[in-house]
Amino acid sequence: MPLLVDIRKKLGDFELRASFQADQGVTGILGASGCGKSMTLRCIAGIVRPDEGRIELDGTVFFDSEKKIDLKPQKRQVGLLFQNYALFPNMTVRQNLLTGVKAREKDKEKADRLVREMIRRFSLDGLEGHRPFQLSGGQQQRTALARILLSKPRMLMLDEPFSALDGYLRWNLELELSEVLQEYGCSTLFVSHSRDEIYRICRQVCVMDRGTSGPVIPVKQLFDSPVSKAAALLSGCKNYSRACPAGGHTAFARDWGVTLAYKGEAPEGFRHMGIRSHYLRLVPSGEAEGLENVFRCSIRRIIEDVFSMVVMVSPADAPEVSAGDEHESWLRLELSKEAWEAFCRKEERQEEVLVHVDPGDVMLLR
Amino acid sequence: MRIGGPSGGPYPDMGETMDWYPLYNSLRIALISSVIVFFAGIGAAYYIARLHPAVKGFLDVVLTLPLVLPPTVVGYFLLVLLGPRRPFGAWFLETFGTRLVMTWYSGIFAAAVVAFPLMYRTARGAFESFDENLADAGRTLGLGGAYIFWRIRMPACRQGILAGTVLAFARALGEYGATSMIAGYTPGRTATISTTVYQLWRTDNDALAFRWVMVNVAISAVVLLVVNLLERRERSGAGTYPGRLVKEKA
Repeated sequence: MPLLVDIRKKLGDFELRASFQADQGVTGILGASGCGKSMTLRCIAGIVRPDEGRIELDGTVFFDSEKKIDLKPQKRQVGLLFQNYALFPNMTVRQNLLTGVKAREKDKEKADRLVREMIRRFSLDGLEGHRPFQLSGGQQQRTALARILLSKPRMLMLDEPFSALDGYLRWNLELELSEVLQEYGCSTLFVSHSRDEIYRICRQVCVMDRGTSGPVIPVKQLFDSPVSKAAALLSGCKNYSRACPAGGHTAFARDWGVTLAYKGEAPEGFRHMGIRSHYLRLVPSGEAEGLENVFRCSIRRIIEDVFSMVVMVSPADAPEVSAGDEHESWLRLELSKEAWEAFCRKEERQEEVLVHVDPGDVMLLR
Repeated sequence: MRIGGPSGGPYPDMGETMDWYPLYNSLRIALISSVIVFFAGIGAAYYIARLHPAVKGFLDVVLTLPLVLPPTVVGYFLLVLLGPRRPFGAWFLETFGTRLVMTWYSGIFAAAVVAFPLMYRTARGAFESFDENLADAGRTLGLGGAYIFWRIRMPACRQGILAGTVLAFARALGEYGATSMIAGYTPGRTATISTTVYQLWRTDNDALAFRWVMVNVAISAVVLLVVNLLERRERSGAGTYPGRLVKEKA
């Protein structure tokens, strides 16, 4: 494409500061709800007008507050898939699709043919005469997507496309959607609050936190080495402590009262440490010899999940905390049920345990 | 056309044939003013919704006022505006050679002003519950403003708009107070059903008044019946759609 976005918009107490560049392929925007993801898409589509800044796609300026350019949504030719699909309720599937071609194809017969092709392609055969409310969630999404693709958009924007669907359907639709995205090769912005969806569908991702966008980075990098605490939170990391450098390749985790070694470069001015709950291991006392990053914890709670065990522990050297934020110093471990049983066989006393984390799995965060 | 005497016995005019002019006049006044109110009400509802809250609040009060004011007060205002000795009425008389009061079409002004708030408020309610995403989706698909308004917004709001139109028509048909002030009662010229009923009753012509009352009741009943039938069709789903999208069950 590339898409250049650099905009600001104030709405009451909320301020949106989105600044990123998205290239070919599927780019994810990951953020908690209410962080400004949808608003960013609306600004790009031209439905919402930013206070200031610039939006450009492939050399076409959509919006430029300095040059007083504000292209109408009709002229921007970007397809926006709304969260609730926004199918026109008074029209049948066929009529809905026709609205997609209407603007660019005046020839009725040709438009009809394009719609028929799309109906076949999206397996909507037999539903041409149905109204949106008679369709299933999946059929609605297919209809909305087909309608957008019929308008030949220069780029595609998907706003939480699976949020209106139940869990089981989501998976099937996700497969369908990635197929469509590949087939059409449209540059795409994919907005979601689900890290799993982003991980599976996108190549690169931009994290938004309370209205401010971060840099666009490869998806793998977000999950392997997030740089900020917000990014780590969104990538699903559950354990955090305030942290400071402790010399060499070690850092002191204040809330846990332990000094841990890490690998690689620490981000400049890091203030937090994060450890994913899957990367914390319970070590039987006989096997701790020679291991780095082992510290003593007491088990506070054991929760049996569907396929795993969740063990809450608090480090022995953790500082006293006031009653209000008791959980701050607790660490969450997740391990398979087999691993838990194996550990229990080796270790009879389970109140006090040794916890280990590989230096490569210690994340230092800004 | 009188068969019975003009005055004699308790029901002297039982056999009198009816002069149907008031029905014709009432219907045409109600129809024309409904058409005016339909467009004016929808236009006002659509544009005022976009204005600054303070302006919106003010206009809202002004436009709704005729709903709560006594019709005679509305009639007074209309006379002040349109009377032949008032600036606008005088100018109109001079320019077009026609008076605006005491003619059959004076009834249109009265009916339109009184019925307007009903259309305006129901249309506004309908527009407010419209999912703006639909209009936005239309715009990103490249559809023009007129298409979006007439083919997407109006059909989605048509229940409310239909209800408003019927209410406005019924109110226009039943208009009495302002009409009697601005159009008066001249048999065969400005008489409407409601002014005729009053006139007949006033002149002790009970039987004929009763007939007109029945005519009025019949028309109103038919209107309500039509509304009910339309609503039933809506509910059975013929050609309609609930606003919310149906979730698929896994």
